[in-house]
Amino acid sequence: MTSLPEHPSAKRLGLVIDLDICVGCHACAVNCKEWNTGGIAAPLTDLEPYGAGPDGVWFNRVHTYEVGEGATGRTVHFPRSCLHCAEPACVTVCPTGASYKRSEDGIVLVNEDLCIGCKLCSWACPYGAREFDEDAGVMKKCTLCVDRIYNTTFDPEDRAPACVATCPASARHFGDLGDPDSAVSRLVAEREGYDLMPEMGYSPTNKYLPPRPRKQGGCSSAPVELNPAVPGQPGGLLGWLDRLLSQQ
Amino acid sequence: MYPSLSVIFFTTASGAGYGLLALLCLLVPLGSLPRTPLFGFIALAIALGAITAGLLSSLLHLGQKKRAWRAFSQWRTSWLSREGVAAVATYVPAALFGIAWIFFGRIEPIAGLAAALLAVVTVVCTAMIYRSLKPIPRWHNPLVVPTYLALALMSGSLWLALLLAFFGPRPEVNVLAAASIVVGAGLKITYWRSIDTEQPTSTAGTATGLGSLGAVRLFEAPHTSENYLLKEMGFVVARKHATKLRRIALIVGFALPFLLSLVPFLFSSGVAILALLLAASLGTAGIFVERWLFFAEARHAVTLYYGASAV
Repeated sequence: MTSLPEHPSAKRLGLVIDLDICVGCHACAVNCKEWNTGGIAAPLTDLEPYGAGPDGVWFNRVHTYEVGEGATGRTVHFPRSCLHCAEPACVTVCPTGASYKRSEDGIVLVNEDLCIGCKLCSWACPYGAREFDEDAGVMKKCTLCVDRIYNTTFDPEDRAPACVATCPASARHFGDLGDPDSAVSRLVAEREGYDLMPEMGYSPTNKYLPPRPRKQGGCSSAPVELNPAVPGQPGGLLGWLDRLLSQQ
Repeated sequence: MYPSLSVIFFTTASGAGYGLLALLCLLVPLGSLPRTPLFGFIALAIALGAITAGLLSSLLHLGQKKRAWRAFSQWRTSWLSREGVAAVATYVPAALFGIAWIFFGRIEPIAGLAAALLAVVTVVCTAMIYRSLKPIPRWHNPLVVPTYLALALMSGSLWLALLLAFFGPRPEVNVLAAASIVVGAGLKITYWRSIDTEQPTSTAGTATGLGSLGAVRLFEAPHTSENYLLKEMGFVVARKHATKLRRIALIVGFALPFLLSLVPFLFSSGVAILALLLAASLGTAGIFVERWLFFAEARHAVTLYYGASAV
């Protein structure tokens, strides 16, 4: 059913992405593709993968932005994926019941056997979370690695979404954002994590942690010219050698 | 937004069909139109034919056409599903009205009223599909629903006026056509003014949440070639021609049909038929261009992640 759960559980599984730490290596996007092309939404079709215009389904995309100007400007790497919103219009617009939000943990999924490929859900998502698989004729999206996080054949420490498990900088965190005492909720509270496009009214579950403020003065406080580590001219034998070797 | 031809043909053809159907089902019981079975057959066949051709065309846009029947199930939340249910439901009273009229020579006002109501409901549902989408501010606009209704009435009355030129002209229908053109053009001009002057809903700053740190500019896109998001939601080809296309839509789709729909007041049969045929064809073609623009000029919030500064 595309009605939202009437009695949603307090559990809201999601991601917290630390924009202060992300180095833009795209490992999360690559490991996402790697896992999910064999996961429940498999395959993530690639068209022309070795041609001039490769085009394929990815659930996670890493953008890089320049923010601000001059000395206070900075580069921010920005991974973008489904935010598993509390008010997901992508679910309610679905005419067939293929899109749904799980009542037990809030994960938004597509039942590909019901999807007619009308693409309306992708129009309804402001975050670009849904990508149409032209080959399969159905819509695909991030599953929050539902086939990993509950997978009892995995060691408990591996039961995390592929993007989180692979991040070499630990910029991605996974947990229950509905529980105010969870590690991710505490992180969000401490670092003032925020929602993307709150004005849309979708109440995203995933949160982003802002880049930390620059130290006083930003780049401008750094010395313009570097001072030599060893002040003055060396004396003695080394000084004589230095002067000798410096001669043309 | 990518202007998919199958969807544009669908809303143009079915809009005209539902407009014509509603007018027939309301005006015939009121006694303002001819009641001959031949007129009933031809007029209803054109209306239902345009509706059916449009609905079939909308299926072309689906990735899994064979599963289309599933779209009738989620009418509680989905305007697309409601549209499907209303579209199919309209056939029932329309068929009853048509069979009673064509085969038994009886006019059934209740069936007519039900068919007309459902035709209006279907057009409202179509418009609401667009109107309800917050990520596309130019569609999430209060003028969208009235415009879809006015343009359905306009194309329906233009085709009705043409049919009546053969079966017994009714000057009041020509006046209705001319008046609905004025209303349609007025709404469309107001809509264009509204989207040209509206404040942006979202910016690259709110999309990334980085706006408080300064202006946000895309430095590196996630991928080197176009993907689904950019092809479907980032369509920009028509924008640079938007002003020209608006002018074409206004002249071809509204001004000329308006003048042509008044020709029957000056000239009799032959010239009148030709003028009304031109009026109906140009009016429909103008709505087609207008609908193409409706898509091409719409900006989706996802483009904010790909370099757009505001939508």
